[in-house]
Amino acid sequence: MLSGNAQRLILLALLLAVPASLLLAASLGSSGFTWPWQADEAGRRILLELRLPRALAALATGALLAIAGCLMQVLLRNPLADPYILGLSGGAAAFSLAGLMLGLAWVPLPVLSFLGAMLSVVVVFVLARGSGPWSTTRLLLTGVVVAAGWGALISLMLALGPDASLRSMLYWLMGDLSHASLSAVWLVPLAALVLIMTLRGRTLNVLSAGATQASLLGESTGARFWEIYLLASLLTGLAVSMAGAIGFVGLIVPHLMRLLVGSDHRRLLPAAALFGGAFLVLADTLARTLFAPRQLPVGVLTALIGVPLFLLLLHRAARLR
Amino acid sequence: MTTAALLEARGVSLSMGSVAICRALDLNVRAGESWGILGPNGAGKTTLLRAMAGLQPVDRGEVRLSTTPLGQLKRRQVARQLGMLPQHTDFVFEASCEETALVGRHPHLGPWGRERQEDRRLARQALDCLGLDGLADRSCMQLSGGEKRRLAMARLLVQDPAVMLLDEPSNHLDPSHQIMILDEVYRRVHQGQRAAIMALHEINLASCYCSHILMLFGDGQWEAGPTQELLEARRLSRLYGCTMRLVDDGEQRVFAVAARGRGHDG
Repeated sequence: MLSGNAQRLILLALLLAVPASLLLAASLGSSGFTWPWQADEAGRRILLELRLPRALAALATGALLAIAGCLMQVLLRNPLADPYILGLSGGAAAFSLAGLMLGLAWVPLPVLSFLGAMLSVVVVFVLARGSGPWSTTRLLLTGVVVAAGWGALISLMLALGPDASLRSMLYWLMGDLSHASLSAVWLVPLAALVLIMTLRGRTLNVLSAGATQASLLGESTGARFWEIYLLASLLTGLAVSMAGAIGFVGLIVPHLMRLLVGSDHRRLLPAAALFGGAFLVLADTLARTLFAPRQLPVGVLTALIGVPLFLLLLHRAARLR
Repeated sequence: MTTAALLEARGVSLSMGSVAICRALDLNVRAGESWGILGPNGAGKTTLLRAMAGLQPVDRGEVRLSTTPLGQLKRRQVARQLGMLPQHTDFVFEASCEETALVGRHPHLGPWGRERQEDRRLARQALDCLGLDGLADRSCMQLSGGEKRRLAMARLLVQDPAVMLLDEPSNHLDPSHQIMILDEVYRRVHQGQRAAIMALHEINLASCYCSHILMLFGDGQWEAGPTQELLEARRLSRLYGCTMRLVDDGEQRVFAVAARGRGHDG
Protein backbone atom coordinates (compact mmCIF):
# COMPACT_ATOMS: atom_id res chain seq x y z
CA MET A 1 0.00 0.00 0.00
CA LEU A 2 1.06 3.57 -0.63
CA SER A 3 1.68 6.33 1.88
CA GLY A 4 -0.93 8.97 2.68
CA ASN A 5 0.68 11.62 0.47
CA ALA A 6 0.96 9.30 -2.52
CA GLN A 7 -2.71 8.40 -2.08
CA ARG A 8 -3.70 12.07 -2.07
CA LEU A 9 -1.65 12.59 -5.24
CA ILE A 10 -3.46 9.70 -6.90
CA LEU A 11 -6.84 11.19 -5.99
CA LEU A 12 -5.73 14.52 -7.47
CA ALA A 13 -4.52 12.81 -10.64
CA LEU A 14 -7.87 11.01 -10.95
CA LEU A 15 -9.69 14.31 -10.50
CA LEU A 16 -7.72 15.69 -13.46
CA ALA A 17 -8.17 12.52 -15.51
CA VAL A 18 -11.93 13.05 -15.74
CA PRO A 19 -11.89 16.39 -17.66
CA ALA A 20 -8.92 15.12 -19.69
CA SER A 21 -10.85 12.03 -20.79
CA LEU A 22 -13.92 14.15 -21.62
CA LEU A 23 -11.75 16.48 -23.71
CA LEU A 24 -10.26 13.57 -25.62
CA ALA A 25 -13.69 12.01 -26.17
CA ALA A 26 -15.01 15.33 -27.47
CA SER A 27 -12.18 15.87 -29.91
CA LEU A 28 -11.88 12.35 -31.32
CA GLY A 29 -14.40 10.78 -33.64
CA SER A 30 -15.07 9.16 -36.97
CA SER A 31 -14.64 12.57 -38.58
CA GLY A 32 -11.08 12.74 -37.23
CA PHE A 33 -9.37 14.74 -34.52
CA THR A 34 -10.17 18.40 -33.89
CA TRP A 35 -9.62 20.59 -30.92
CA PRO A 36 -13.07 21.56 -29.72
CA TRP A 37 -12.34 25.28 -29.88
CA GLN A 38 -11.12 25.09 -33.51
CA ALA A 39 -14.24 23.38 -34.79
CA ASP A 40 -16.50 25.01 -37.34
CA GLU A 41 -20.28 25.24 -36.91
CA ALA A 42 -20.95 21.63 -38.00
CA GLY A 43 -18.08 20.33 -35.89
CA ARG A 44 -19.36 22.21 -32.90
CA ARG A 45 -22.77 20.61 -33.29
CA ILE A 46 -21.23 17.15 -33.51
CA LEU A 47 -19.28 17.93 -30.40
CA LEU A 48 -22.08 19.40 -28.31
CA GLU A 49 -24.97 17.24 -29.50
CA LEU A 50 -23.31 13.90 -30.14
CA ARG A 51 -19.91 13.34 -28.61
CA LEU A 52 -20.20 15.23 -25.34
CA PRO A 53 -23.61 13.84 -24.23
CA ARG A 54 -22.39 10.34 -25.04
CA ALA A 55 -19.13 10.93 -23.17
CA LEU A 56 -21.10 12.20 -20.18
CA ALA A 57 -23.28 9.10 -20.30
CA ALA A 58 -20.11 6.98 -20.31
CA LEU A 59 -18.75 8.97 -17.37
CA ALA A 60 -21.90 8.50 -15.32
CA THR A 61 -22.24 4.82 -16.23
CA GLY A 62 -18.62 4.08 -15.32
CA ALA A 63 -18.90 5.93 -12.01
CA LEU A 64 -22.21 4.22 -11.11
CA LEU A 65 -20.85 0.76 -11.88
CA ALA A 66 -17.66 1.40 -9.93
CA ILE A 67 -19.54 2.60 -6.83
CA ALA A 68 -22.04 -0.25 -7.09
CA GLY A 69 -19.08 -2.64 -7.34
CA CYS A 70 -17.54 -1.24 -4.16
CA LEU A 71 -20.86 -1.61 -2.34
CA MET A 72 -21.47 -5.14 -3.61
CA GLN A 73 -17.99 -6.15 -2.45
CA VAL A 74 -18.74 -4.88 1.05
CA LEU A 75 -22.15 -6.55 1.01
CA LEU A 76 -20.81 -9.96 0.01
CA ARG A 77 -17.50 -9.45 1.83
CA ASN A 78 -15.62 -10.46 -1.25
CA PRO A 79 -13.19 -8.23 -3.12
CA LEU A 80 -14.04 -10.05 -6.35
CA ALA A 81 -17.81 -9.46 -6.30
CA ASP A 82 -19.42 -7.63 -9.20
CA PRO A 83 -22.59 -5.47 -9.50
CA TYR A 84 -24.38 -8.03 -11.68
CA ILE A 85 -23.68 -11.04 -9.48
CA LEU A 86 -27.16 -11.01 -7.90
CA GLY A 87 -28.99 -11.27 -11.20
CA LEU A 88 -29.94 -7.65 -11.77
CA SER A 89 -28.59 -7.31 -15.31
CA GLY A 90 -30.39 -10.52 -16.25
CA GLY A 91 -33.73 -9.03 -15.24
CA ALA A 92 -32.97 -5.88 -17.18
CA ALA A 93 -31.93 -7.85 -20.27
CA ALA A 94 -34.96 -10.14 -20.16
CA PHE A 95 -37.33 -7.18 -19.96
CA SER A 96 -35.63 -5.24 -22.77
CA LEU A 97 -35.60 -8.32 -24.95
CA ALA A 98 -39.27 -9.04 -24.25
CA GLY A 99 -40.03 -5.41 -25.11
CA LEU A 100 -38.17 -5.69 -28.41
CA MET A 101 -39.86 -8.95 -29.31
CA LEU A 102 -43.37 -7.87 -28.37
CA GLY A 103 -42.89 -4.61 -30.26
CA LEU A 104 -43.57 -2.39 -27.28
CA ALA A 105 -42.10 0.59 -29.11
CA TRP A 106 -44.04 3.06 -26.98
CA VAL A 107 -42.08 2.11 -23.86
CA PRO A 108 -38.50 3.40 -24.10
CA LEU A 109 -35.92 0.65 -23.74
CA PRO A 110 -34.17 2.26 -20.72
CA VAL A 111 -37.47 2.32 -18.84
CA LEU A 112 -38.10 -1.35 -19.63
CA SER A 113 -34.65 -2.44 -18.57
CA PHE A 114 -34.84 -0.39 -15.38
CA LEU A 115 -38.17 -2.03 -14.53
CA GLY A 116 -36.66 -5.46 -15.20
CA ALA A 117 -33.66 -4.71 -13.02
CA MET A 118 -35.84 -3.53 -10.14
CA LEU A 119 -38.14 -6.55 -10.45
CA SER A 120 -35.10 -8.79 -10.13
CA VAL A 121 -33.94 -6.80 -7.10
CA VAL A 122 -37.30 -7.22 -5.39
CA VAL A 123 -37.47 -10.94 -6.18
CA VAL A 124 -34.01 -11.55 -4.71
CA PHE A 125 -34.78 -9.30 -1.74
CA VAL A 126 -38.00 -11.13 -0.86
CA LEU A 127 -36.58 -14.62 -1.39
CA ALA A 128 -33.28 -14.00 0.39
CA ARG A 129 -34.67 -12.15 3.38
CA GLY A 130 -36.30 -15.14 5.00
CA SER A 131 -37.06 -14.82 8.68
CA GLY A 132 -33.59 -15.30 10.15
CA PRO A 133 -30.77 -12.81 10.60
CA TRP A 134 -28.66 -11.37 7.79
CA SER A 135 -26.97 -14.11 5.77
CA THR A 136 -24.50 -13.36 3.02
CA THR A 137 -24.58 -16.93 1.79
CA ARG A 138 -28.35 -16.97 1.38
CA LEU A 139 -28.27 -13.67 -0.50
CA LEU A 140 -25.49 -14.85 -2.79
CA LEU A 141 -27.13 -18.20 -3.55
CA THR A 142 -30.53 -16.61 -4.19
CA GLY A 143 -28.97 -14.00 -6.47
CA VAL A 144 -26.94 -16.48 -8.46
CA VAL A 145 -29.91 -18.79 -8.97
CA VAL A 146 -32.20 -15.91 -10.00
CA ALA A 147 -29.48 -14.79 -12.44
CA ALA A 148 -29.41 -18.29 -13.93
CA GLY A 149 -33.20 -18.16 -14.31
CA TRP A 150 -33.03 -14.87 -16.22
CA GLY A 151 -30.24 -16.35 -18.36
CA ALA A 152 -32.49 -19.23 -19.36
CA LEU A 153 -35.35 -16.86 -20.25
CA ILE A 154 -32.99 -14.73 -22.34
CA SER A 155 -31.71 -17.75 -24.25
CA LEU A 156 -35.25 -18.91 -24.84
CA MET A 157 -36.28 -15.53 -26.26
CA LEU A 158 -33.14 -15.30 -28.40
CA ALA A 159 -33.83 -18.77 -29.79
CA LEU A 160 -37.48 -18.08 -30.60
CA GLY A 161 -37.22 -14.40 -31.54
CA PRO A 162 -36.85 -12.87 -34.99
CA ASP A 163 -33.30 -12.61 -36.30
CA ALA A 164 -33.68 -8.90 -36.95
CA SER A 165 -33.61 -8.00 -33.28
CA LEU A 166 -30.79 -10.39 -32.52
CA ARG A 167 -27.97 -8.01 -33.35
CA SER A 168 -29.25 -5.09 -31.32
CA MET A 169 -29.93 -7.48 -28.46
CA LEU A 170 -26.42 -8.86 -28.54
CA TYR A 171 -25.07 -5.31 -28.46
CA TRP A 172 -27.26 -4.64 -25.42
CA LEU A 173 -26.06 -7.80 -23.68
CA MET A 174 -22.43 -6.80 -24.25
CA GLY A 175 -23.04 -3.25 -23.11
CA ASP A 176 -23.21 -0.47 -25.65
CA LEU A 177 -23.23 3.31 -25.34
CA SER A 178 -24.12 4.23 -28.92
CA HIS A 179 -27.68 5.22 -28.03
CA ALA A 180 -26.80 6.77 -24.67
CA SER A 181 -26.67 10.46 -23.98
CA LEU A 182 -26.77 12.42 -20.81
CA SER A 183 -27.03 16.08 -19.93
CA ALA A 184 -24.31 17.54 -17.71
CA VAL A 185 -26.99 18.42 -15.15
CA TRP A 186 -27.07 14.79 -14.01
CA LEU A 187 -23.49 15.00 -12.86
CA VAL A 188 -24.64 17.16 -9.92
CA PRO A 189 -26.73 14.49 -8.13
CA LEU A 190 -24.07 11.91 -8.99
CA ALA A 191 -21.33 14.02 -7.42
CA ALA A 192 -23.55 14.70 -4.39
CA LEU A 193 -24.12 10.96 -3.95
CA VAL A 194 -20.40 10.22 -4.08
CA LEU A 195 -19.75 13.00 -1.57
CA ILE A 196 -22.40 11.78 0.89
CA MET A 197 -21.22 8.20 0.67
CA THR A 198 -17.61 9.27 1.05
CA LEU A 199 -18.54 11.11 4.24
CA ARG A 200 -20.33 8.01 5.53
CA GLY A 201 -17.42 5.82 4.42
CA ARG A 202 -16.44 4.93 7.99
CA THR A 203 -19.66 2.93 8.35
CA LEU A 204 -18.80 0.99 5.19
CA ASN A 205 -15.36 0.25 6.66
CA VAL A 206 -17.03 -1.22 9.75
CA LEU A 207 -19.48 -3.27 7.68
CA SER A 208 -16.69 -4.74 5.59
CA ALA A 209 -15.38 -6.35 8.79
CA GLY A 210 -18.42 -8.66 8.64
CA ALA A 211 -21.85 -8.76 10.24
CA THR A 212 -20.80 -9.93 13.71
CA GLN A 213 -17.94 -7.46 14.06
CA ALA A 214 -20.07 -4.62 12.70
CA SER A 215 -22.82 -5.36 15.24
CA LEU A 216 -20.26 -5.40 18.01
CA LEU A 217 -19.03 -2.01 16.82
CA GLY A 218 -22.50 -0.52 17.00
CA GLU A 219 -24.13 -0.93 13.59
CA SER A 220 -27.58 -2.50 13.22
CA THR A 221 -26.22 -4.72 10.51
CA GLY A 222 -29.39 -6.26 9.09
CA ALA A 223 -30.86 -2.88 8.21
CA ARG A 224 -27.54 -1.49 6.97
CA PHE A 225 -26.85 -4.41 4.67
CA TRP A 226 -30.30 -4.24 3.09
CA GLU A 227 -29.84 -0.49 2.58
CA ILE A 228 -26.55 -1.16 0.82
CA TYR A 229 -28.13 -3.89 -1.29
CA LEU A 230 -30.95 -1.60 -2.40
CA LEU A 231 -28.64 1.35 -3.07
CA ALA A 232 -26.15 -0.74 -5.04
CA SER A 233 -29.04 -2.24 -7.02
CA LEU A 234 -30.54 1.16 -7.79
CA LEU A 235 -27.18 2.49 -9.05
CA THR A 236 -26.57 -0.62 -11.15
CA GLY A 237 -30.13 -0.46 -12.50
CA LEU A 238 -29.54 3.13 -13.64
CA ALA A 239 -26.25 2.20 -15.30
CA VAL A 240 -27.74 -0.84 -17.01
CA SER A 241 -30.74 1.05 -18.33
CA MET A 242 -28.40 3.65 -19.86
CA ALA A 243 -25.89 1.33 -21.47
CA GLY A 244 -26.80 -2.34 -21.11
CA ALA A 245 -24.69 -4.80 -19.19
CA ILE A 246 -21.18 -3.41 -19.53
CA GLY A 247 -18.95 -5.97 -17.86
CA PHE A 248 -15.87 -5.79 -15.67
CA VAL A 249 -15.95 -2.05 -14.86
CA GLY A 250 -17.73 -2.71 -11.57
CA LEU A 251 -15.30 -5.49 -10.77
CA ILE A 252 -11.89 -4.31 -11.94
CA VAL A 253 -12.13 -0.64 -11.02
CA PRO A 254 -12.86 -1.08 -7.29
CA HIS A 255 -10.24 -3.80 -7.11
CA LEU A 256 -7.53 -1.71 -8.76
CA MET A 257 -8.37 1.28 -6.61
CA ARG A 258 -8.08 -0.85 -3.47
CA LEU A 259 -4.54 -1.63 -4.51
CA LEU A 260 -3.77 2.06 -5.04
CA VAL A 261 -5.56 3.90 -2.24
CA GLY A 262 -6.40 1.09 0.20
CA SER A 263 -9.76 -0.15 1.48
CA ASP A 264 -10.81 2.92 3.47
CA HIS A 265 -14.03 3.83 1.69
CA ARG A 266 -13.49 7.52 2.33
CA ARG A 267 -10.72 7.32 -0.28
CA LEU A 268 -11.87 4.25 -2.19
CA LEU A 269 -15.32 5.52 -3.22
CA PRO A 270 -14.24 8.83 -4.79
CA ALA A 271 -11.22 7.16 -6.40
CA ALA A 272 -13.37 4.37 -7.87
CA ALA A 273 -16.05 6.80 -9.10
CA LEU A 274 -13.47 9.04 -10.82
CA PHE A 275 -11.44 6.22 -12.31
CA GLY A 276 -14.50 4.23 -13.36
CA GLY A 277 -15.92 7.29 -15.12
CA ALA A 278 -12.70 8.27 -16.90
CA PHE A 279 -11.99 4.65 -17.83
CA LEU A 280 -15.36 4.12 -19.49
CA VAL A 281 -15.13 7.46 -21.34
CA LEU A 282 -11.78 6.40 -22.79
CA ALA A 283 -12.96 2.86 -23.56
CA ASP A 284 -16.02 4.20 -25.38
CA THR A 285 -13.89 6.68 -27.33
CA LEU A 286 -11.75 3.75 -28.44
CA ALA A 287 -14.86 1.68 -29.22
CA ARG A 288 -16.21 4.25 -31.64
CA THR A 289 -12.90 5.25 -33.29
CA LEU A 290 -10.91 2.00 -33.48
CA PHE A 291 -12.79 0.64 -36.50
CA ALA A 292 -14.54 3.88 -37.51
CA PRO A 293 -17.02 4.31 -39.02
CA ARG A 294 -18.04 0.96 -37.50
CA GLN A 295 -18.77 1.13 -33.81
CA LEU A 296 -17.94 -1.61 -31.34
CA PRO A 297 -20.07 -2.18 -28.27
CA VAL A 298 -17.96 -0.76 -25.46
CA GLY A 299 -18.54 -3.91 -23.39
CA VAL A 300 -16.34 -5.83 -25.82
CA LEU A 301 -13.46 -3.52 -25.02
CA THR A 302 -13.99 -3.49 -21.26
CA ALA A 303 -14.12 -7.28 -21.31
CA LEU A 304 -11.01 -7.54 -23.49
CA ILE A 305 -9.16 -5.31 -21.01
CA GLY A 306 -10.92 -6.72 -17.96
CA VAL A 307 -10.51 -10.46 -18.42
CA PRO A 308 -6.70 -10.61 -18.47
CA LEU A 309 -6.52 -7.99 -15.72
CA PHE A 310 -8.92 -9.97 -13.55
CA LEU A 311 -6.97 -13.18 -14.05
CA LEU A 312 -3.77 -11.36 -13.18
CA LEU A 313 -5.29 -10.01 -9.96
CA LEU A 314 -6.70 -13.41 -9.08
CA HIS A 315 -3.31 -14.99 -9.60
CA ARG A 316 -1.72 -12.34 -7.43
CA ALA A 317 -4.32 -12.82 -4.68
CA ALA A 318 -3.76 -16.58 -4.72
CA ARG A 319 -0.04 -16.04 -4.22
CA LEU A 320 -0.64 -13.75 -1.26
CA ARG A 321 -2.73 -16.31 0.60
CA MET B 1 -17.22 2.04 45.95
CA THR B 2 -20.07 1.13 43.67
CA THR B 3 -21.20 -2.47 43.59
CA ALA B 4 -23.80 -2.14 40.85
CA ALA B 5 -23.34 -4.84 38.24
CA LEU B 6 -21.90 -3.80 34.87
CA LEU B 7 -23.43 -6.87 33.28
CA GLU B 8 -26.18 -8.94 34.74
CA ALA B 9 -27.95 -12.13 33.70
CA ARG B 10 -31.38 -12.62 35.27
CA GLY B 11 -32.94 -16.02 34.96
CA VAL B 12 -31.36 -16.56 31.55
CA SER B 13 -32.20 -19.82 29.84
CA LEU B 14 -30.39 -20.52 26.64
CA SER B 15 -30.27 -23.47 24.31
CA MET B 16 -28.73 -24.43 21.04
CA GLY B 17 -31.08 -26.59 19.04
CA SER B 18 -32.30 -29.16 21.53
CA VAL B 19 -29.22 -28.88 23.76
CA ALA B 20 -29.64 -26.75 26.89
CA ILE B 21 -26.70 -24.45 27.61
CA CYS B 22 -27.90 -22.96 30.87
CA ARG B 23 -31.16 -22.92 32.80
CA ALA B 24 -32.17 -19.90 34.90
CA LEU B 25 -28.67 -18.45 35.00
CA ASP B 26 -28.20 -15.56 37.42
CA LEU B 27 -24.95 -13.70 37.18
CA ASN B 28 -23.72 -10.34 38.47
CA VAL B 29 -20.53 -9.12 36.89
CA ARG B 30 -19.21 -6.09 38.75
CA ALA B 31 -16.42 -3.67 37.97
CA GLY B 32 -13.04 -5.10 38.89
CA GLU B 33 -14.14 -8.69 38.32
CA SER B 34 -12.90 -11.00 35.64
CA TRP B 35 -14.95 -14.10 34.95
CA GLY B 36 -13.78 -17.27 33.30
CA ILE B 37 -16.31 -19.52 31.58
CA LEU B 38 -15.20 -23.16 31.67
CA GLY B 39 -16.89 -26.12 30.11
CA PRO B 40 -16.37 -29.02 27.73
CA ASN B 41 -16.47 -28.59 23.94
CA GLY B 42 -19.95 -27.78 22.75
CA ALA B 43 -21.18 -26.76 26.21
CA GLY B 44 -22.22 -23.39 24.74
CA LYS B 45 -19.54 -20.99 25.97
CA THR B 46 -19.51 -19.08 22.70
CA THR B 47 -23.31 -19.02 22.43
CA LEU B 48 -23.58 -17.66 25.98
CA LEU B 49 -21.03 -14.93 25.21
CA ARG B 50 -22.91 -14.03 22.04
CA ALA B 51 -26.15 -13.80 24.01
CA MET B 52 -24.46 -11.56 26.57
CA ALA B 53 -23.34 -9.33 23.71
CA GLY B 54 -26.90 -9.18 22.42
CA LEU B 55 -25.93 -10.92 19.20
CA GLN B 56 -28.54 -13.59 19.73
CA PRO B 57 -31.76 -13.82 21.73
CA VAL B 58 -32.13 -15.78 24.96
CA ASP B 59 -34.97 -18.26 25.48
CA ARG B 60 -36.01 -16.83 28.82
CA GLY B 61 -34.86 -14.13 31.20
CA GLU B 62 -32.83 -11.07 30.26
CA VAL B 63 -29.33 -9.69 30.09
CA ARG B 64 -28.83 -6.21 31.52
CA LEU B 65 -26.03 -3.83 30.74
CA SER B 66 -25.56 -1.33 33.61
CA THR B 67 -29.13 -2.12 34.78
CA THR B 68 -30.74 -1.54 31.34
CA PRO B 69 -32.02 -4.61 29.48
CA LEU B 70 -29.98 -5.20 26.32
CA GLY B 71 -33.14 -5.30 24.25
CA GLN B 72 -33.89 -1.67 25.06
CA LEU B 73 -30.49 -0.42 23.90
CA LYS B 74 -29.44 0.51 20.39
CA ARG B 75 -26.42 -1.39 19.05
CA ARG B 76 -24.44 1.83 19.18
CA GLN B 77 -25.17 2.32 22.88
CA VAL B 78 -24.24 -1.30 23.54
CA ALA B 79 -20.98 -0.91 21.62
CA ARG B 80 -19.91 2.03 23.77
CA GLN B 81 -20.07 -0.12 26.90
CA LEU B 82 -19.57 -3.66 25.71
CA GLY B 83 -17.16 -5.21 23.25
CA MET B 84 -16.24 -8.73 22.28
CA LEU B 85 -13.29 -10.58 20.86
CA PRO B 86 -14.92 -13.28 18.71
CA GLN B 87 -13.38 -16.73 18.51
CA HIS B 88 -12.38 -16.21 14.89
CA THR B 89 -11.51 -13.06 13.03
CA ASP B 90 -10.90 -13.02 9.33
CA PHE B 91 -9.78 -10.06 7.29
CA VAL B 92 -10.77 -10.04 3.61
CA PHE B 93 -9.87 -6.50 2.51
CA GLU B 94 -6.41 -4.99 2.49
CA ALA B 95 -5.95 -2.42 5.25
CA SER B 96 -3.03 -1.44 7.42
CA CYS B 97 -2.95 -2.71 11.00
CA GLU B 98 -3.31 0.83 12.29
CA GLU B 99 -6.42 1.42 10.14
CA THR B 100 -7.87 -1.90 11.29
CA ALA B 101 -7.35 -1.09 14.96
CA LEU B 102 -8.72 2.41 14.44
CA VAL B 103 -12.08 0.95 13.37
CA GLY B 104 -12.59 0.24 17.09
CA ARG B 105 -13.32 3.95 17.62
CA HIS B 106 -16.44 3.68 15.46
CA PRO B 107 -19.09 3.64 18.23
CA HIS B 108 -17.50 6.66 19.91
CA LEU B 109 -17.59 8.89 16.82
CA GLY B 110 -20.61 10.59 15.25
CA PRO B 111 -21.91 9.11 11.98
CA TRP B 112 -20.29 11.92 9.98
CA GLY B 113 -17.24 12.34 12.19
CA ARG B 114 -13.61 11.62 11.44
CA GLU B 115 -11.00 10.10 13.72
CA ARG B 116 -8.96 12.72 15.55
CA GLN B 117 -5.35 12.72 16.65
CA GLU B 118 -6.42 11.33 20.01
CA ASP B 119 -8.09 8.33 18.35
CA ARG B 120 -4.94 7.61 16.35
CA ARG B 121 -2.92 7.79 19.55
CA LEU B 122 -5.19 5.18 21.15
CA ALA B 123 -4.77 2.89 18.14
CA ARG B 124 -0.98 3.22 18.23
CA GLN B 125 -1.00 2.59 21.97
CA ALA B 126 -3.10 -0.56 21.63
CA LEU B 127 -0.79 -1.91 18.91
CA ASP B 128 2.21 -1.08 21.12
CA CYS B 129 0.97 -2.89 24.18
CA LEU B 130 0.24 -6.05 22.16
CA GLY B 131 3.66 -6.04 20.54
CA LEU B 132 2.38 -4.99 17.11
CA ASP B 133 4.09 -1.59 17.03
CA GLY B 134 6.43 -2.65 14.23
CA LEU B 135 3.49 -3.77 12.09
CA ALA B 136 1.36 -0.59 12.17
CA ASP B 137 1.78 -0.01 8.42
CA ARG B 138 1.70 -3.68 7.42
CA SER B 139 -1.40 -5.00 5.66
CA CYS B 140 -3.70 -7.07 7.86
CA MET B 141 -3.77 -9.71 5.10
CA GLN B 142 -0.09 -10.50 5.57
CA LEU B 143 -0.18 -11.39 9.26
CA SER B 144 0.37 -14.75 10.93
CA GLY B 145 -2.45 -16.37 12.90
CA GLY B 146 -1.13 -15.08 16.20
CA GLU B 147 -0.60 -11.58 14.85
CA LYS B 148 -4.16 -11.51 13.48
CA ARG B 149 -5.43 -12.57 16.91
CA ARG B 150 -3.53 -9.75 18.57
CA LEU B 151 -4.75 -7.27 15.95
CA ALA B 152 -8.37 -8.28 16.67
CA MET B 153 -7.61 -7.79 20.37
CA ALA B 154 -6.06 -4.38 19.63
CA ARG B 155 -9.29 -3.34 17.91
CA LEU B 156 -11.18 -4.29 21.08
CA LEU B 157 -8.73 -2.33 23.25
CA VAL B 158 -9.23 0.69 20.99
CA GLN B 159 -12.99 0.33 21.40
CA ASP B 160 -12.24 0.33 25.15
CA PRO B 161 -15.56 -0.97 26.49
CA ALA B 162 -16.37 -1.32 30.20
CA VAL B 163 -17.37 -4.95 29.63
CA MET B 164 -14.94 -7.05 27.61
CA LEU B 165 -16.19 -10.42 26.38
CA LEU B 166 -13.33 -12.62 25.20
CA ASP B 167 -13.98 -15.86 23.35
CA GLU B 168 -10.90 -18.01 23.86
CA PRO B 169 -8.47 -15.09 23.89
CA SER B 170 -5.47 -17.42 24.03
CA ASN B 171 -6.31 -19.05 20.65
CA HIS B 172 -3.38 -19.12 18.21
CA LEU B 173 -1.04 -17.54 20.76
CA ASP B 174 2.20 -18.78 22.23
CA PRO B 175 2.51 -18.64 26.06
CA SER B 176 4.23 -15.26 26.18
CA HIS B 177 1.58 -13.65 23.98
CA GLN B 178 -1.23 -15.33 25.92
CA ILE B 179 0.15 -13.63 29.00
CA MET B 180 0.62 -10.37 27.12
CA ILE B 181 -3.09 -10.23 26.22
CA LEU B 182 -4.38 -11.42 29.58
CA ASP B 183 -2.06 -9.08 31.50
CA GLU B 184 -3.50 -6.17 29.56
CA VAL B 185 -7.06 -7.33 30.29
CA TYR B 186 -6.14 -7.75 33.97
CA ARG B 187 -4.59 -4.27 34.07
CA ARG B 188 -7.67 -2.65 32.55
CA VAL B 189 -10.08 -4.53 34.79
CA HIS B 190 -8.19 -3.51 37.91
CA GLN B 191 -7.44 0.09 37.03
CA GLY B 192 -10.70 1.28 35.60
CA GLN B 193 -14.37 0.59 36.12
CA ARG B 194 -14.24 -2.44 33.85
CA ALA B 195 -14.96 -6.14 33.86
CA ALA B 196 -14.04 -9.07 31.65
CA ILE B 197 -15.76 -12.35 30.86
CA MET B 198 -13.71 -14.90 28.99
CA ALA B 199 -14.34 -18.38 27.67
CA LEU B 200 -11.22 -20.42 28.34
CA HIS B 201 -9.94 -23.92 27.78
CA GLU B 202 -6.85 -23.45 29.92
CA ILE B 203 -7.87 -24.04 33.53
CA ASN B 204 -4.57 -22.65 34.73
CA LEU B 205 -4.97 -19.39 32.84
CA ALA B 206 -8.38 -19.13 34.47
CA SER B 207 -6.92 -19.72 37.91
CA CYS B 208 -4.24 -17.06 37.28
CA TYR B 209 -6.39 -14.37 35.71
CA CYS B 210 -10.00 -14.85 36.79
CA SER B 211 -11.53 -13.72 40.06
CA HIS B 212 -14.70 -15.70 39.35
CA ILE B 213 -15.62 -18.82 37.43
CA LEU B 214 -18.77 -19.91 35.63
CA MET B 215 -18.93 -23.58 34.81
CA LEU B 216 -21.23 -24.89 32.09
CA PHE B 217 -21.73 -28.62 32.37
CA GLY B 218 -23.22 -29.05 28.91
CA ASP B 219 -26.68 -30.18 30.11
CA GLY B 220 -28.11 -26.87 31.29
CA GLN B 221 -26.55 -27.08 34.74
CA TRP B 222 -24.17 -24.36 35.80
CA GLU B 223 -22.17 -23.28 38.80
CA ALA B 224 -20.77 -19.83 39.49
CA GLY B 225 -18.61 -18.37 42.21
CA PRO B 226 -15.20 -17.14 43.27
CA THR B 227 -12.30 -18.95 41.62
CA GLN B 228 -10.88 -20.15 44.95
CA GLU B 229 -14.07 -21.99 45.81
CA LEU B 230 -14.92 -23.42 42.43
CA LEU B 231 -11.62 -24.65 41.11
CA GLU B 232 -11.04 -28.02 42.69
CA ALA B 233 -10.09 -31.34 41.18
CA ARG B 234 -13.35 -33.20 41.79
CA ARG B 235 -15.56 -30.53 40.29
CA LEU B 236 -13.26 -30.13 37.29
CA SER B 237 -13.27 -33.87 36.75
CA ARG B 238 -17.06 -33.82 36.68
CA LEU B 239 -17.02 -30.81 34.34
CA TYR B 240 -14.75 -32.31 31.73
CA GLY B 241 -15.64 -35.96 32.26
CA CYS B 242 -12.05 -37.00 32.81
CA THR B 243 -9.93 -37.25 35.91
CA MET B 244 -8.20 -33.98 36.80
CA ARG B 245 -5.49 -33.66 39.44
CA LEU B 246 -4.20 -30.78 41.45
CA VAL B 247 -0.42 -30.59 41.32
CA ASP B 248 1.18 -28.36 43.90
CA ASP B 249 4.93 -27.74 43.96
CA GLY B 250 4.72 -25.34 46.89
CA GLU B 251 4.89 -22.27 44.66
CA GLN B 252 2.01 -22.82 42.27
CA ARG B 253 -1.09 -24.98 42.13
CA VAL B 254 -1.71 -26.43 38.67
CA PHE B 255 -4.56 -28.59 37.40
CA ALA B 256 -3.57 -31.36 35.04
CA VAL B 257 -5.18 -34.33 33.36
CA ALA B 258 -4.37 -37.33 35.53
CA ALA B 259 -1.80 -39.63 33.94
CA ARG B 260 -3.22 -43.10 33.39
CA GLY B 261 0.09 -44.73 32.70
CA ARG B 262 -1.03 -46.20 29.38
CA GLY B 263 2.07 -46.60 27.24
CA HIS B 264 3.61 -43.40 28.48
CA ASP B 265 6.08 -45.11 30.79
CA GLY B 266 9.11 -44.35 28.63
